[in-house]
Amino acid sequence: MKIFNTLALGAGLAGLLMSAAYAEGLQGKVIGFSQIGSESGWRAAETSVTKAVAAERGIDLKFADAQQKQENQIKAIRGFIAQGVDAILVAPVVATGWEEVLTEAKEANIPVVLLDRGIEAPEDLYLTSVASDQVKEGRVAGEWLVGAVGDKQCNVVELQGTVGSSPAINRKQGFEEALAGKANLTITRSQTGDFTRSKGKEVMEGFIKAEDGGKNICAVYAHNDDMAVGAIQAIKDAGLKPGTDILVVSIDAVPDIFAAMVAGEANATVELTPNMAGPAFDALDAYLNAGTAPEKFIITESRLYTPADDPQGEYDRRKGLGY
Amino acid sequence: MTRPTVDLRPTTQPPRAPSRPITSLLVRPQVIALVAVLLVNWALFPGFFTITWQDGRLFGSLIDVLNRGAPVAILAIGMTAVIATKGVDLSVGAVMAISGAVAAVLVTSGVAAPVAVLVALGTGLLCGLWNGILVTVLDIQPIIATLVLMVAGRGLAQLVTEGYIVTFSDPLLIFIGTGSFLGLPMPVIIALVLMVAATLIVRRTALGLLIEAVGVNRSAARFAGLSANALLLIVYTFAGFCAAIAGLIVAGDIRGADANNAGLWLELDAILAVVIGGTSLMGGRFSIPMAVLGAMIIQAMNTGILISGFSPEFNLVVKSAVIIVILVLQSPLSARLLRRLPGTPK
Repeated sequence: MKIFNTLALGAGLAGLLMSAAYAEGLQGKVIGFSQIGSESGWRAAETSVTKAVAAERGIDLKFADAQQKQENQIKAIRGFIAQGVDAILVAPVVATGWEEVLTEAKEANIPVVLLDRGIEAPEDLYLTSVASDQVKEGRVAGEWLVGAVGDKQCNVVELQGTVGSSPAINRKQGFEEALAGKANLTITRSQTGDFTRSKGKEVMEGFIKAEDGGKNICAVYAHNDDMAVGAIQAIKDAGLKPGTDILVVSIDAVPDIFAAMVAGEANATVELTPNMAGPAFDALDAYLNAGTAPEKFIITESRLYTPADDPQGEYDRRKGLGY
Repeated sequence: MTRPTVDLRPTTQPPRAPSRPITSLLVRPQVIALVAVLLVNWALFPGFFTITWQDGRLFGSLIDVLNRGAPVAILAIGMTAVIATKGVDLSVGAVMAISGAVAAVLVTSGVAAPVAVLVALGTGLLCGLWNGILVTVLDIQPIIATLVLMVAGRGLAQLVTEGYIVTFSDPLLIFIGTGSFLGLPMPVIIALVLMVAATLIVRRTALGLLIEAVGVNRSAARFAGLSANALLLIVYTFAGFCAAIAGLIVAGDIRGADANNAGLWLELDAILAVVIGGTSLMGGRFSIPMAVLGAMIIQAMNTGILISGFSPEFNLVVKSAVIIVILVLQSPLSARLLRRLPGTPK
């Protein structure tokens, strides 16, 4: 009885928190979730947020970890089909090779929602795909910097992600779009920091030496928060103050960047939300209960966080999510 | 070049001078390469050799090269000994991740920092011992034996950190990674001390000779009464120990243990440093200081690329082009060509 009360309370809270219309929507539905694995902190956070959101809505979530292998994902999806689940969520590990298994799901009349990454397959094989817009993430970061700098002359250095990776290409493009036409803002140096803290620190050290001890750098833009955390240490080692002498803007919104914001050492981050499941469940609710087909591509919000957005609270809230 | 071959041709070479003049040390291809890379860096960025005194430590691009090159140099010290025995240790990058993870998790759970450091170093010794046992007792080829830990080790590190980047604020660990002594960064001091100590141990005792003997011909060494297995165990354990030190430095540097990325692919840089240093992968003659010099050449290149302003797509191309040039300069072919040059003693 007690458990039922707790569940009911959870569902009630979820209804209040999310959207009242969906309060009862997916209660008791069985949904399979094939996750890629846990290769990064963000991925771990996505898993724990998905489980939490499912519990809030009273969904019976069947979780399968594919350990970075497509064959495991295909096996998991076949398993979900055999169990006759109501819907399937997939975070696809690669873009190709999904036609066969998705056709099987379609024939079994089970809607499939793609999370976080797209695939190369006919669009009628899946209900919708929920993902972030990486170009937009870069643009939001750039627009923040344009607003923060105003008319001042500002030389920006950029820490790129792994060369050739899609987040690195898209986040660079979006940032450049935001800076286009602003004569006072120029990207003077751009190098790859491989999305890691230590490379971010090493590259920033080099930039500082090459730009007159950092005096010619007004802002650093990092394609992810980890590189920004490394850059912040490099700036401090050079005797400068990150956040004041050199502005720091990055993408992802992991807990440690909020800790840096609390210390006044980071200025802005753009969230890559780990809550891809929330919009997916909304879409499934509308489809299963009202029969309305959602848009084919649902873009998650790329929210900007600055020290004005209660960084301590954000840090505490995210710390337990598995980042 | 160090194989025990017999030359049947009559030799007219004079007996070797008891001690080589210092100039012969300076005209080695490695030294020329390092100077050339540094000069190119200087041409690309005029302030390259500028060193200033700031916050009680030396500050400048040259110091960055030493500091950033130190972890690979430390790995290369252990790797030189392994390669001299005709082996190779692919697991050092993963062992770095394990040692950093162990130290970080211990200090964040309240263990005293010196204890955490000792346990991390002990873990490195154990990892090296494991490799050594696979190579000696089970007689598995070194490349396969150490591949096991290269793959599994990173997983172990992730188990220790539970997938998080474990951050810490312990002053001792941070000092190992970012502190300074006599104006030089701690990693540089550690690498220097380790290099001098290791060189003295192998060259002032028979140990170096024994390592070379095992590398040239393990069976022959055993038949000559040498305990080849014990020696191999020592060498692999030492490589694990060096990797653990490098792991502590890398973790201290970013104030956190990043099990996914700490030491990733550094085993390849370490092997490259050893090869640039003139130690043959076929075992035999080796030089620890030259391997350290090799690590500095690699890092000088990396730092040069960072400050040159090239777009990052060129990084690997530039790096491989320079390495090819260095290896061609060291090849037996170019040595023969050099000998044919007029003016050099026949």
